[in-house]
Amino acid sequence: MAERVTIVLHSGDMDKVYSALIIGSGALAMGMEASIYFTFWGLQRLKKSGLEKGPLSKMHFLGLGKWMVRQRMKKANVATLERLMRDFKELGGKVIACEMTMEIMGIRREDLREDWIDAYGAVGTYIQEARGSQITLFI
Amino acid sequence: MAEILVDCRGETCPVPLVETRKAIRQAQPGDVIVVIGTHPASREEIPMAVRALGLELVSVEGTETDWTIRIRR
Repeated sequence: MAERVTIVLHSGDMDKVYSALIIGSGALAMGMEASIYFTFWGLQRLKKSGLEKGPLSKMHFLGLGKWMVRQRMKKANVATLERLMRDFKELGGKVIACEMTMEIMGIRREDLREDWIDAYGAVGTYIQEARGSQITLFI
Repeated sequence: MAEILVDCRGETCPVPLVETRKAIRQAQPGDVIVVIGTHPASREEIPMAVRALGLELVSVEGTETDWTIRIRR
């Protein structure tokens, strides 16, 4: 069985979503399997047109900080989250949406980017994947 | 045996690594993938990925910020 990375994305902050997608696609590029569990604030990023909407985890300054970081990222030619997600999916990455979060926050499947989601799961799904993973991260 | 060019000049982490992987997936056994780029860390990391995937690293040429890597699938 291939080596695997399992990531829990609890945060919906833009910079942390970058971390999860970069690590996930890096793992796929290096021959591993990868899954990202979108839960709590992270799940908000799976809403339709929600992927790029997260605040900056520090120095957000009502959006000014995020805008400045975005300018710097554009200058450095950093890929958009949309592109990273597309690559992650193209290389076989799995996206799992947390069902409990959906219930708590009143999110329906049709509110989410169902084309990205491979499964709707709970903690058992995560544990089952994580126990066979070489790397597991909580972001 | 085809030669596949991946031009990652100006791209930064993780795009060169990801684009290389995409090209490897599309290549046929025996094809050579030529990756050109300017991102320093990718010059070291693409060869790591090639080894991890069990493929042949044909050559790594050029400087840290202007390099060419050849991979045989």
